[in-house]
Amino acid sequence: MNIIVCIKQVPNTTDVRIDPVTNTLIRDGVESVINPFDAYAIEEAVRIRERCGGKVTAVTMGPPQAETALKEAIGLGCDEGVLVSDRKFAGSDTWATSYTLACAIQKLDAYDLVLCGKQASDGDTAQVGPGISTHLDIPQVTYVKKIVEINDKSARVERMTEEGYDVVEVPLPCLFTVVKEINTPRMPSLKGMMRAKSAKLVKWTAADLDADPAALGLDGSPTRVVKIFTPEPRKGGEMISGATGEVARELVELLKGEVV
Amino acid sequence: MASIRILLDKCTGCTLCVKACPFGAIHMADRKAVIDMAKCTLCGACVAACKFSAIELEKSAGPKRDLSAYKDVWVFCEQKKGVIQSISFELLGEGRRLADKLGVKLCAVLLGHDMETAAGRLGERGADKVYLVDHPALAAYQDDPYTAVLVKLVEEYKPEALLCGATTIGRSLISRVAIRTNAGLTADCTGLDVDTKERLLLQTRPAFGGNIMATIIAPNHRPQMATVRHKVMQEAPVRPGRGVEVVSNVYPEETFASRTRLIEVVEELASTVNISEADIIVAGGRGMGGKENFAQLEELAKVLGGAVGASRSAVDADWIGYSHQVGQTGKTVVPKLYIACGISGQIQHLIGMQSAKTIVAINKDPDAPIFKVATYGIVGDVNELVPALTREFKRALNK
Repeated sequence: MNIIVCIKQVPNTTDVRIDPVTNTLIRDGVESVINPFDAYAIEEAVRIRERCGGKVTAVTMGPPQAETALKEAIGLGCDEGVLVSDRKFAGSDTWATSYTLACAIQKLDAYDLVLCGKQASDGDTAQVGPGISTHLDIPQVTYVKKIVEINDKSARVERMTEEGYDVVEVPLPCLFTVVKEINTPRMPSLKGMMRAKSAKLVKWTAADLDADPAALGLDGSPTRVVKIFTPEPRKGGEMISGATGEVARELVELLKGEVV
Repeated sequence: MASIRILLDKCTGCTLCVKACPFGAIHMADRKAVIDMAKCTLCGACVAACKFSAIELEKSAGPKRDLSAYKDVWVFCEQKKGVIQSISFELLGEGRRLADKLGVKLCAVLLGHDMETAAGRLGERGADKVYLVDHPALAAYQDDPYTAVLVKLVEEYKPEALLCGATTIGRSLISRVAIRTNAGLTADCTGLDVDTKERLLLQTRPAFGGNIMATIIAPNHRPQMATVRHKVMQEAPVRPGRGVEVVSNVYPEETFASRTRLIEVVEELASTVNISEADIIVAGGRGMGGKENFAQLEELAKVLGGAVGASRSAVDADWIGYSHQVGQTGKTVVPKLYIACGISGQIQHLIGMQSAKTIVAINKDPDAPIFKVATYGIVGDVNELVPALTREFKRALNK
C-alpha cells in the first residue's frame, strides 16, 4: 500500500507565552514541531504499512526549515520525505495550499491513501485535507477515529460526529483526515532517528510541479487579511473569600441570573 | 508573482509593523522597517497594521471578474435525521442582519429527504427563500452528493455570501465546495460584518495561534464563504406564521452518486450533553485530584442543567473522555457560565473558553492564571467548594 501523509510544521504551542504588556504572542525561543494532529496521521500510516506492506511518504509545504519536520516524520517511521518549498508559495491560503500539495501528490508514484491530521494547531481551519481530496478528485472521509478494515480496494472506517460516529465504506484511492482517538503515536525509535539523520529528502520548487503559476501563493489565494488587532485581554473580576458555606451562598446569589 | 516592499518615503519608523508581524520577519534599520524575506509569509498583517500606507503588498492582478451577478446571503442549514440543527438558526440570525445591511434576501439552503415541511418553516427563522433539494441520497450527510448539489446551486443562483456551521459536516462540505467554485473561505469566524460599498463580507477570526484577531476578505471571488462555530452567533428569534418562498430543485440522478457508502450511524452521546451546545459548563482540571472527584462535577452540572468539561491534563490522566476536553486541542466553547474547578488556566485552555459570558474559577493556587480571566474567583479546595455549591444551588433552584 502506497501511503502519503501530509504534515505541517507549526510552533510548539506548549512553549507559547503571552507578553503581559502588549498581549501578543512571544515567539522568541519557540521551537517548531510537527502539527500534533499530523502525528496521529503518521502513526496510522506506519501501522497500515506494518500490516499491509508498502511505503509511507511524508509531504510538507513550507519554508526550508520545514525539512526538520520531515526528518522527524522519518524518525517516526515514514520511508521518504518530500519538501515543497518556494518563495512563490508565500501567502498561500487554504485554497492555494491544498492545490500545491495536490500537485505534489500527483507528481509522486501512484498512491492508495492520503492521510492528514484533522486540522493544524496554528491555523485551525480543517480545510486543507478536504481541499486536497477535491483537487485530486478522490473520495474523502474526515474526522476518522478508527480504520476498521483496509485492503487494496477499499476501507471501512469510523468517522467521528458530534453525537457518536458514522461507519463509512470507501473505495481507494481516497483521503482521510484523522482525529486523536485513532491511535497513540509511538516515540521515535533509535533506529528511526539514525535513519532520519542520513535520510535524503526530495525537494521540489514550484518549477518542479505541474502547477498553474497563477494558482500559487498569494496570487492563487482568494482570501487576504485586511486588518489585525489584539483583543483586549479579559480582565479578572472579583475574588470571593470566606468560609466554604458562605462563599458558596454568595456565589449562588451572584450567579442566580445565569442559571435560571 | 506577489511581492512586498517598504515605501521608504512613507515609513516613519514607528515600529507598528514590527509588533504586528506574527513571524518576526520585520526589524528596524536606520529607523526604517526592513523585511526579512526568508521569514516573511506575505500574510499581510503588517500592511493592515501600518498607519502610513508604507507597506505595499502587491498581488499579480488576476483576470478582473464580473461579480455583479452575485447577490443574496445564503445559510447552509444542516439537518440530521430530518431535524434542522440549532447551529443553522444561529447562522440565520446572523445572516438576517447581514442581508438587511446589504439590502438583499436571506436564503436558506436545505438538502435532505422529506424536508418540505421543515423547509416551509424556515421563514419563521428569518429566511426569505429556501433552496430545497429533496432526494433519498441526501437523507444523511455524504460528501459527494452534498458537494455536487451545493456546487450546482451556487453556480445556478450565485449567492454573494454563504455561511455554514463549523461542524463535522459543515467543515467537510464547505471546504470542498470552496475549491470547486473557486471561492474564498474563512474558518471559524467569531465576527461577521459587511462593507456595503464594496459588498465585502468582513470575516474576523483568531489567527496566528490564538490571541491575534484578523479580519479577512475575498475581494475578487464569489461567493464569500465563512464557517462559524456553535454559540458564537445569536439564534434567530421565532416569528410564528412568517412565510417563505420554497424553491425546489431537481437534478439529474448522477448528481447524487456517492463514492462513499454510509453503513451505519451510531449515537453514543445520548445520555450526556454535547459541550459545544451547553449553556452552562462545569469543568475540571488536574486540581480535581482524581477520577472519582469528577462525580462531584457531574452532580453540580446536573443541578445546573449543564455539561461537564475538562482540561487537557484531566483527559490525559484518563479521568474523563476526550469529547469533554476544552481548549486548543479540544473544543472551543462559548457558554453563558463556565465554572473552572481545579484548572490552572494554561493559555491552551483559555483559548477554548475565554469567550464565555461569566467565568467562575475555583483553585487552591491564588496565582493560577485562570483568575486573570475569571469574573468570580475563589481560592480554596475544590473538593469542599463544589459539593457546597451543589447544595446551595439545589436549595436556590428548589431541586
